[in-house]
Amino acid sequence: MSDFTSGFWNIYIAGLTIISILGCGILLWSQSKVKMEKKPGEDPASVGTTGHVWDVDLTELNTPMPRWWMWLFYITIVFALAYLFLYPGLGSYAGKLGWKSSEAYQSELKKADAEYGPLFNKYLQQDIKAVAADPQAHVIGERLFLTYCAQCHGSDARGSKGFPNLTDKDWLYGGDPDVIKTTILHGRNGQMPSMAAALGSDKDVENVAHYVLSLSDSTHDPIKAVFGKSKFAICAGCHGANGAGNQALGAPNLSDKIWLYGGGVETVMETIRKGRNNTMPAFESFLGEAKVHVLAAYVWSLSNAPSNADQK
Amino acid sequence: MDKPQPDIAIVKMYAAREEIYPREIKGRYASLRWICLWLTQLVFYGLPWLNWNGRQAVLFDLGARKFYIFGIVLWPQDFIYLAALLIICAYALFLFTAVAGRVWCGFACPQTVYTEIFLWIERRIEGPRSARMRLDRQPWNAQKAFKKGAKHAAWAILSIWTGLSFVGYFTPIHELMGEILSLGLGPWETFWIAFYSFATYGNAGWMREQVCKYMCPYARFQSSMIDKDTLIITYDHQRGEPRGAKGKGAQTGDCIDCSMCVQVCPTGIDIRNGLQYECIGCAACIDACNSVMTKIEAPLGLIRYSTERAIVSRLSLPEMRRRVLRPRVLAYTALLAIIVVAFLSMLAIRTPLKLDVIRDRGVMAREVEDGMIENVYRLQIMNTGETPHRFRIAVSGIDSIALATPSEVDIDGATTRAIPVRVRVNAGKGAHGSNKIIFELIAVDNPAVEVREKAVFFVPR
Repeated sequence: MSDFTSGFWNIYIAGLTIISILGCGILLWSQSKVKMEKKPGEDPASVGTTGHVWDVDLTELNTPMPRWWMWLFYITIVFALAYLFLYPGLGSYAGKLGWKSSEAYQSELKKADAEYGPLFNKYLQQDIKAVAADPQAHVIGERLFLTYCAQCHGSDARGSKGFPNLTDKDWLYGGDPDVIKTTILHGRNGQMPSMAAALGSDKDVENVAHYVLSLSDSTHDPIKAVFGKSKFAICAGCHGANGAGNQALGAPNLSDKIWLYGGGVETVMETIRKGRNNTMPAFESFLGEAKVHVLAAYVWSLSNAPSNADQK
Repeated sequence: MDKPQPDIAIVKMYAAREEIYPREIKGRYASLRWICLWLTQLVFYGLPWLNWNGRQAVLFDLGARKFYIFGIVLWPQDFIYLAALLIICAYALFLFTAVAGRVWCGFACPQTVYTEIFLWIERRIEGPRSARMRLDRQPWNAQKAFKKGAKHAAWAILSIWTGLSFVGYFTPIHELMGEILSLGLGPWETFWIAFYSFATYGNAGWMREQVCKYMCPYARFQSSMIDKDTLIITYDHQRGEPRGAKGKGAQTGDCIDCSMCVQVCPTGIDIRNGLQYECIGCAACIDACNSVMTKIEAPLGLIRYSTERAIVSRLSLPEMRRRVLRPRVLAYTALLAIIVVAFLSMLAIRTPLKLDVIRDRGVMAREVEDGMIENVYRLQIMNTGETPHRFRIAVSGIDSIALATPSEVDIDGATTRAIPVRVRVNAGKGAHGSNKIIFELIAVDNPAVEVREKAVFFVPR
């Protein structure tokens, strides 16, 4: 309500509101009885007209409303005044109860936490692997995953380009339950810098790309790979001398056939030339630790539970 | 005083209600009303206590958004059934009103029914009409206080029981009784019990005919459905007038002006003034007049169910009845029959299973081993019945299309689950771009529980 540059408008609106309400009351009071002229020898009350006559003989009949109806009108006035006293409505006056629409969401959240919190806290006390074995926790975890994770990682958690597959044993930062939980809680920020300048010419980039592909025995040119091998020393700082990656840094294993952005020569060259920047957001403040705990158990179970073994 | 001052009168625009003391009457229509009353109220008070397959037979679980009606569980997605039911109610009201005026108001409306029950209590405690009038006029004393107190106490007990029964449709009534005994009622339950009890007490005890006269919208728009061939409660002017006591030599009609028809009227009108908007069609005046006609040995039916045309044109009974089958009545009947049949067949062929297919938006399509193309879907499976089922998921529409995820899934009764599924086609199958496919879900133990849903499979170029 502080959008107005001048305090005048608050008073103006409050004044209009109060005057309108009181005006309704005065109108109701003044119109509940009317004075009318008695013609000789006739009692207008018994005739049942309001005494208004138009076009010579058109009279307005008085069919009185029940009196309690009138009291209903007065009650609405009392209600309006009480409401304006208790709730925000009169200009910038915040209301005696201090109710705010912006707090309604928070209070709903608090209510939901009070109801479901104990369930999640029960799981929080347990080991993640134990939670993963609990069928109820699995269903809850699945729902949480479909709501918060599936947008990027897919409903089946198999990811897509740039979003890791969570159902295999290949982990950028490690697949232990606690590490998964840390990843969800605090997020990850994976950075591969552009290596074009460090490697030298475009030819060098191509050679290194072929060497990288040779590590996993993917389709590559063996001669170019040989030329690229010496230059790979620059990459080894993060990816390791044999390209097995480094989970402490989140550097991917280059010696398997799992590619986050694709395993063709062109794609690998693009990755080397331009670098990659990847972000997994942090969910701690959004979901709270207890829900993340259940979620971590679900994600861990995707690549470890016996129920997943038959799915390849 | 050469110039006379105008005489001023004060006219009130709002009038105090005049208490109506309907006289008790016995007769054909009064019995009919009591039969309706017993039937409707046995259902209302009794239904929450009825069990069905180990749960309350009729329960509207608003929290879980599941509505149990005997063997059926309705979900919010089944809202169309409620809409159909309301349409049926509306057309039935049109039809009955066109044929016989405000029969609903007079015999089945809760306002009439509860007023009748409250009046019955009032008569048992305060006595008949004249005694009640006397009691209200006399100054307060111990006896008056006792009678009034007893009446209101009885009304209050009945009202609270009514409120409890009402809430018993939304909270399992056995739990509700337990909560009351342990003083553990929730805030909303308390509110609705109090609200419904107060509404019953106020409407049937205090407001009575004023609800029909000033509040009820149906009362007003029913008059637009009445025509000259609608059966209404009518006073036969030609036979009755001029009214007056018999046997004084005067030429009088059959009406002896005993005012019994006015005394029994719950809305306090005089039916001899013709059809009025206050008339709720309860036919109490017919019972009253017939009892008087029997006593004075005149033919019955001075006040009777008749039509405006029949009274004016002196139609015989068969002539009047033939006119009931006029086009609007036939049209209402036909429409009502069609909707009822459609409603019942919808209910009968309803499958207790729903399926929504949601294609993953993040992943258009993936190429997996051997160049197969894979799409990911989320199947939102709603087992709306109460029995758990194992469902088999099948997919068709493209050559070689198959599921890459387990094809069977267990879903508990009255439960929703979202199942991620992966669907694959071999390399080169299906057109580039969108292909129409169909998901089919069948209960393994009961092939009748089956549902199909269309979806789109994307093959990249």
